[in-house]
Parts: sequence; C-alpha cells; structure tokens
Amino acid sequence: MSNEVGKITWISGPVVRARGSKNVGMLELVEVGEDRLVGEVIGLKGDQMTVQVYEETAGMQTGETIYGTGLPLSVELGPGLIQSIYDGVQRPLPLIEQAVGSFINRGARFDSINREKKWKYTPKVKVGDEVKGGDILGVAMETDTFEHRVMLNPDDSGTITWVAPAGEYTVNDTIAKLKSGKEEKNVTMLQRWPVRRARPFVNRRGANIPLITGQRILDTFFPVAKGGAAGIPGPFGSGKTVTQHSIAKWADAEVIVYIGCGERGNEMTEVLQEFPHLIDPRSGRPLMERTVLIANTSNMPVAAREASIYTGITIAEYYRDMGYHVALMADSTSRWAEALREVSGRLEEMPAEEGYPAYLAGRLAEFYERAGYVNNLNGSQGSVSIVGAVSPPGGDFSEPVTQHTKRFIRCFWALDKSLASARHFPAINWLDSYSEYLEDVGNWWREKTGKDWLTMRNRAMELLSEESRLSQIVKLVGPDALPFTERMVLETTRLIREGLLQQNATETVDAYSSVEKQIRMLELVLYFHERGMAIVKRGAPINLIHDLPVVDKIIRAKSTITNEELGKFEDLQKEIDEQMSQLDAEYRQ
Amino acid sequence: MSEAKVLGGQEVVGVGRIEGPIMVVEGAANVSYDEVVEIKDSRGQLRRGRVLEVSENFAVVQVFAGSTGLSIDGTSVRFLGNTLHIPVAEEMLGRIFDGLGNPIDGGPEPLTDKYADVNGQPINPTARIYPRDYIQTGISTIDGVNTLLRGQKLPLFSGAGMPHDQLAAQIVRQATLGKEAGAPQTEGEEFAIVFAAMGVKNDVADYFRRSFTESGALTRVAMFLNLADDPPVERIVTPRAALTLAEYLAYEKGMHVLVVLTDMTNYGEALRQISNVRGEVPSRKGYPGYLYSDLASLYERTGRIRTSEGSITQIPILTMPNDDITHPMPDLTGYITEGQIVLGRELNFAGIYPPVTVLPSLSRLMKDGIGKGRTRDDHPRWGAQLYAAYARTQDVRALASVIGEEELSEVDQKYLKFGRAFEREFVNQAFTENRTIERTLEIGWKLLSILPKKELTRVNLDEIEKYYTGTDATN
Ligand SMILES: Nc1ncnc2c1ncn2[C@@H]1O[C@H](COP(=O)(O)OP(=O)(O)O)[C@@H](O)[C@H]1O
Ligand SMILES: [Mg+2]
Repeated sequence: MSNEVGKITWISGPVVRARGSKNVGMLELVEVGEDRLVGEVIGLKGDQMTVQVYEETAGMQTGETIYGTGLPLSVELGPGLIQSIYDGVQRPLPLIEQAVGSFINRGARFDSINREKKWKYTPKVKVGDEVKGGDILGVAMETDTFEHRVMLNPDDSGTITWVAPAGEYTVNDTIAKLKSGKEEKNVTMLQRWPVRRARPFVNRRGANIPLITGQRILDTFFPVAKGGAAGIPGPFGSGKTVTQHSIAKWADAEVIVYIGCGERGNEMTEVLQEFPHLIDPRSGRPLMERTVLIANTSNMPVAAREASIYTGITIAEYYRDMGYHVALMADSTSRWAEALREVSGRLEEMPAEEGYPAYLAGRLAEFYERAGYVNNLNGSQGSVSIVGAVSPPGGDFSEPVTQHTKRFIRCFWALDKSLASARHFPAINWLDSYSEYLEDVGNWWREKTGKDWLTMRNRAMELLSEESRLSQIVKLVGPDALPFTERMVLETTRLIREGLLQQNATETVDAYSSVEKQIRMLELVLYFHERGMAIVKRGAPINLIHDLPVVDKIIRAKSTITNEELGKFEDLQKEIDEQMSQLDAEYRQ
Repeated sequence: MSEAKVLGGQEVVGVGRIEGPIMVVEGAANVSYDEVVEIKDSRGQLRRGRVLEVSENFAVVQVFAGSTGLSIDGTSVRFLGNTLHIPVAEEMLGRIFDGLGNPIDGGPEPLTDKYADVNGQPINPTARIYPRDYIQTGISTIDGVNTLLRGQKLPLFSGAGMPHDQLAAQIVRQATLGKEAGAPQTEGEEFAIVFAAMGVKNDVADYFRRSFTESGALTRVAMFLNLADDPPVERIVTPRAALTLAEYLAYEKGMHVLVVLTDMTNYGEALRQISNVRGEVPSRKGYPGYLYSDLASLYERTGRIRTSEGSITQIPILTMPNDDITHPMPDLTGYITEGQIVLGRELNFAGIYPPVTVLPSLSRLMKDGIGKGRTRDDHPRWGAQLYAAYARTQDVRALASVIGEEELSEVDQKYLKFGRAFEREFVNQAFTENRTIERTLEIGWKLLSILPKKELTRVNLDEIEKYYTGTDATN
C-alpha cells in the first residue's frame, strides 16, 4: 500500500527532515525509516519535507526511507471504541501489552478496532431508501445496553441497494450496499475520519441544558452547559485531575472521552482499575461502559501527545453525531501546548510568548470550537462538552496557555493553592471563577426543581463576596469589631463554604450530590441566614447562634444525608426554627 | 525494502567544531540518532559521548566528560552503533559506580551478560498496578499526613543548608512495609536502595555512605556518583543509569527498590547548559521547552507492574533556588511527581526537625493507602482535620500579629496553642525516633483535643467520641 516517498536527511528527537517533498501532501500520514514508525508531514519546503514522528526515534539513521500512505492522520470509528484505552494515535494499549509486555515498544502495529469481534446488528434502512451522510443505517449493541448507531460516512450519499439482515457482524462485514451515480459500494460498520478535521453538522443549537456533574460548586455555582467549554486551571496539586475524574464519573453524559495528555501513568491506571467497578447512577451499568480512554502519558512520545487531543475530540464528535451527549476531559491541555512548543522549537520556528509558537492561540481556538450542542446531519441532536485542565507554570494565570484558553471558553474554574493547602476541596476559588451559562440554564433548573435557583445562587454569591470584604476588616481589627449583623454574614458563609462548597471526592455519600440535594442544601443555608439575621436584629447574641447545635448538623449534612433521604432537610429546617425561636424568645428586646 | 542498516564501527578522525560539551563531527555515514560514540583525544585517552542530532553531513555529539583537552584535528570519534547501555545485575548492590555506571570502588566490572538501555521504555499504563501499600517511615509528617506508598514518586523540596539529606537518610533507614495501626510490627521486607548523586559535594555522598553503613544497609545499596567536580554533562546519564538498575531489580528480580536522586536541581542545570550551547529556544529561566518531558522520563520510571512483585519508589531531592517553589525545577517536578514534602526555613530556624512545612506538602496517593484495613478508619478525616486546623492557625497568627494575642477570641487562642503544639510535638521528632502509625495518630488526636469539639467538623462525631481527650464539655 505504501510507497517510497523520500530519504531522511536530518533527525532531531521527534522531528525528521527528508528529501522528496513532491510525493507527499501536507498532513499526510507516513511511515518513517526501516522500523516504519508512524509520522505525519508537518512541513513542505523546496524538495524538503518535515515529519513529526509519533514514536521514539533513537537508532534511526539518515538515508532511511520514508513511505507515503496517501491518507491524513485518521482515527478508526465503529463499535468497540467504548471501554477501550488507546495511546495518542489510537493504538490499543492492551494489545501492545499482550504483544510486547509491560513496556511500550516501537513499531508495534495493531488495528484500533477489533476486526474479529461480532456485534449484534439491526438494520434501520431498507432497499431503495435514499440516504445521505450521517444517516443512521442500523444499530449495533456496543455493550449490553449501549446502542451504537451506525452512520453513513458524512462524505457519502446514494441509494441503498442491499441490506444485511439483522444478525451478528464484524466491522469488516458488509451491512449495506450503496449506489451513488454508477458506482456501488459496500458499507461496513467501520469508518475513518481525519483527526484534524471537525466532523460536520447542520448547525449549532442554544446551549441551555446544564451538564450536571454532581459537584456542588460546579452545578450550583458555576455550571457548564451541555455543548459548552470549561477550563480548569490550577497549580500542581490543587485538584485538576481529581475534579476531572469526578466529572468523568458523575456527569450526566452518555459517553465520556477522557484524555490523559502528558500526565501520570498511575492516574490512567486508577481510572482503568476503578471505573469497571463503579456504577453509573443513571444507567445502573459500570462506568467503564460509557468511557473511552486516551492515555498518552508524560513519558510517552511527545508528538503523539500533540495528536491525542485530536484523536479524542474526533471520537467524541462521532458519538455526538449519533445523537448522544458526550463529555470530553483533557488533562492537561498545557502539556499538549508544550508538545506544540517542543516540535516548533525543533523546527526553529520563530517563537512568540514564552517559546510557544505564534499559532498556539489558533490551535486552542480550533480545539474548543469543536465543542457544541448541534443539530446533526441525520436530524438528531447531540453535544460535545469540553473540560480542559490547564497547568500554568508557577500557578501564574497570566501565562499564554491560560490567557488564550480564557478567550475560547465560557466557564472558568480557577483552582487556588491556598484553598488546597487548607484541604478545602474542590479548591475552586469562588471569587475568581465564573460561568457565562448562568442565564442560559436558569430555565432548566426552574423546570427541573420548581425553584428559583438563579436567585438563590446569586444571593449566596453575594454573601460570599460580602464575606471577602468583611474578612479584610477582620484581618485588621479582629471579628469582635464587627456589628452582629455582619458577623451573621460570616456565620452563614462558613456554612456555605464548609457545608456546600467543600465536597470530598473520596467519600461515598459526599462524592455525588443530585440536583435536588444541591438545591435543598442551598435553600437550607439561605433559610438559616434569613432567620438568623432576623433574630440578631432583635437582639440575639451572635456567639449563641454560632453555638446552636443545628449549625454542626448543617455542615455535616453533605455526608450524613444521602441523595435518597432529602426529607431530612425538612427536619433540619425545623431544628433551625425551633432553636432560633428559642433564642429569639430569650433575647428579644 | 532498502539495504539493511549498517550499525556503528566507523571512525572519523578530526572534528568540525567544538563548543562547550558539544562537538560537531563531519563526514560520518550511517550515524544513528542517540547512538553512543567513543572519543579519543590526541594522547589516546578515551571518553564517551552521544549523538544529539544527525544530518547527512554532520552529527552533533554531546561529550559526557566535557571537551576540555579536545582539539579539532587531534580527536577521533568512533560510532558504536547503539544507544547507551549499562550492565545490570543483582550483584551491583553493595557497589559504587561513577555517573555513567563504571565501577569506582576498585572492584571488577559486574559479571553479567545483561545490558539495558539507560533510556528505558515507557511503562504501558495498562501494565501498571495502582499503588496501595503504604511504607511506614516512622516520621509523623509523612506517615500521618503525607503518606508514602510503595511505587510512589515523592520528592523532598528543600533549600541550601536544610537537613534534607538527614531526612532522606532517616526515611531510608526506617522504611518498612506499613501495617494496620495496632498490628504487631514484624520485620518488614527490606528495600534495595539505589542512590544517585548529581553534582553534590563529596561530603554529601560520604554522609549517605556512612549512614548506609551504620544502619547495615550498605550491602543493599548501589551508589551512582557524579560529584560536584565531575563533568556536568555526565549528570544527564546518572539518574538514568540508576533507574535502569532499579528497573532490573524491581521488575525482573521482584525487589522493592527505593531510589534516592540528589540533587535534581544540578541535573536541571546540566540540561540547561547543553540546551543553551545548542542555541535552543528557551522557555522559562533559560530552561529548554522539553524540560517537563525530560523530567517525566525519569520520574515516571516509578511504580509497580502486573508481571512482577517488585516496586520502585522514588525520593528525588531538590534544592529550590532562592527557596522559590515556582522555579521551573520544583514547579515541573511537582506537576509530575505524586506530591511533595516541602522543608521550610522558619521551622528549621526554630530548631524543629524535620522542618516539614505541612501546608504546601502533599501526598497524592495517600488517599489510596490509608484508612480502614490499611492504617485506621479515622486516618483520612483526622489528616484533613489537622490540615484544616493548622491552616486556620496561620490566619490566627496573622491576626494576632496585628491586634495582639490578648485581643484574640477564646477559640482563636486555642488555635494558637494548637499550632505551637503541632509544630513541637507532631512535626518535631528526633532523628532516631521511629514512630508507629498508632503513635502518630495518637499525637494528632491529643493536639486536636486542644480545640473545642465544635471546631472539628472534618472528623465524624463517633470518632470524636472515641478519640477526643479534651475537656470541652459542650457539643
Ligand atoms: N474534591 C476533592 N476531594 C478530596 N480530595 C481532593 C479533592 N480534590 C483534590 N483533592 C486532593 O488533592 C490532591 C491533588 O489533586 P490533583 O487533582 O491530583 O491535583 P492536580 O491535578 O491539580 O495536580 C489529591 O491527591 C487529593 O488528595
Ligand atoms: Mg493532575
């Protein structure tokens, strides 16, 4: 299939130059050297081509051959993606392990999608149907419950001339025949798609349904919409990965694509070992049965790290096209940007800020643009939501990757080192974070819970910013100098911080809060505030409010009241009433 | 297919250019990227180097021992055709090697026919076992609140003049497989130790050698030494050679290996030097853009794999230039490793040993190695509570410095008391003191009992019931 297109003239790490530019196209997939390592043409100039190589180049010599494939770097799409774990260029890691052992060898080649496995398939079209790109031809059961909707490649169209009967098929078996013009071709469940090209859709819809993550500070305070994009920047150890893992576990998406991009091997192993045993609260199935993992860890080849983001987003779009809600986590986009920088440096391109190439912002924009809630070609609706971790050097958010990312996302979850040091988790700083989806998702909350979430949420935020103002004063003169009404604000915000915002990802009850639980907690805390304020104004001493037994109970409610026992919040409210009325009666002036 | 590769063997006399530790060799054919070369100077002395870049007309070679004494015409270069390999064998324990893995203790070359590439290969994430077994170090600030697990990489972030060497030596001496609190301490499985020195002074290496000798560990230690007066470029190979042996011992011989690397800051400087000589585009503070990937290629050589009983645990030591934790070396290290133990000047001045500054310290894997059935049920919440209380102490101290201690509320005064006791009784311990996990938990509860019960919102009520020893009568 592949033919000789050039001879290597220069090698430096993952970048190789060769003579023979005439025979290849820009971004063409090539095989490099006698070991036939996977590479991609990233530059053409005169008779020289520049190739980035997705595998370790040690041992390669000048004069070795480059083979062309005529194809761009692509992923294989079809049933079998779910529950897989791939490297950045979609090589299946379990097969590599089986073949070469615990350490990743160069030159190992495997099909990304199993060719032998049979899938239970039911056709949804009949002979004579006119079909166009994206149309659903049939469904294959990818897990016991997950319906993989087999679609016509977006670039194809025509008339169905033959349909395979319901039955079990491999991805190589013909499931339909399609006639377009004079040509008739066999259609299988397998397709390829170039990773750097966004899959087409009809148009974007408004993003007004929140992606519910079960994380209170996200859903209640800084929600991201389905089809939206969020960034989570933070210094090392502040909680980017734990937050991403929590979202991957609990988000109400139908498919999760998790990209470990230049991060730790152990973290991917953790997901691999944990997800098969965790049950998705919605489907009742193991979480692994909705998850696709891409692992290109920090010690794996850097060019494949660059590709991993595209591999992941293309798989996400593919499931979106079937009409699913997909959430994609990329941990960390900074490592991807650094991969760009590393390759750019080897090319001796003119650097812009901090050594990054000038096209950094453009690449980030292209990536986040691939998020969206869309009308698909086949008439269905689906979404890709992106949550990108950012790892700013020294935790300084003014660096280029954080700054450019901010331009292309609408939801910013700012992690804070001092919160993390005090073990306030998630260490998301409520004053530095924002969501531009608040108004968009307000209606959804009203319909879902019957409550005016946005007003309550804004009230809580108001109290928190009041707290920040007051704590400046406290730092100078101590809390005793404040009037009781202001100290009441501090009592309430302590409840908000410790009872609501803090959420322990490792505790069974606390790890996931349903929307109903979240709104009940918010309501309860604000109720505490209104009642407290009223009695304080009538003379109740603030230290006695601080000492009310119910205070401790409210703080502990997150881990003592499960999502199934929300009635207990009413009991707590009654306790507030009783205890405050008693205080009021005693001290009323 | 084209003709088979010709590997190595050829010799080129005379080099094109020499600049610092970098040499450009012209007129060699079939040079492989990253292959090792042998360089002979005009007096016939040999040194080694490796290929950093190849083109049709020239190869860029990095000379490990530096280029002092090399001349353009009088130097010949032989290409050896393979990447850098070192011998690996169990009998290398108890021996001392230079920064490239050659014996310097007067003993013979290790007797083995097994050679391994110093670069290693990335562990497939599917082949890993997630670490779960904790290592009892006997040090409260580690076992209690920053627990170290077998297969973890946990660096010490320190500064010049602080006792990081003592702490590392104490960890190495006391490390044993952790038991549940209250379980009898059996003789723990012993760790094999691989020690790599990069650019540290001779007395540091000596200190460790003495410490290993005193604890009777010397026969279980392999030392790779590139000292301050050894060629800086060699430093780039030293940790790789050490880790290559560690991988052999852990993954082929099933041993539990503790790797101590010191000082990573010197390693980073060597990397920066080469990058600058080559005129590469720098990122922060002159360090190359690939510093993160390069460090990851060392730190990720830690862990456990499914086909072996063994494990590699790494304790890199890193002195932070100007005590600045945002400097690229600690910063990128912290992004890769599974936490960090941070030593602080203030505690050190106050005479507290080990001067572990608890708040910025972290063990990311702690959560998976502690709690019920591993240490004790209350351990995770107890740890979070100590952190929360100590963080609050810092705020109270700041307030006290403004309004004076007497003006503090009663509760805040208790926090001050807690903070002082925490530093003196929990953080502080003798260099020879080996605390059980039970003892550490007990001290922690004793300190928490200084505070009113109501302040302890991170631990469960029944835990307060069981372990709280304070006089606070309220609830
Ligand atoms: N929501 C959370 N609940 C409990 N612990 C958390 C939470 N978020 C972070 N942590 C703690 O912080 C540590 C560092 O978090 P991690 O996500 O690994 O940081 P980052 O990816 O930003 O470097 C974790 O190992 C864990 O101990
Ligand atoms: Mg992380």
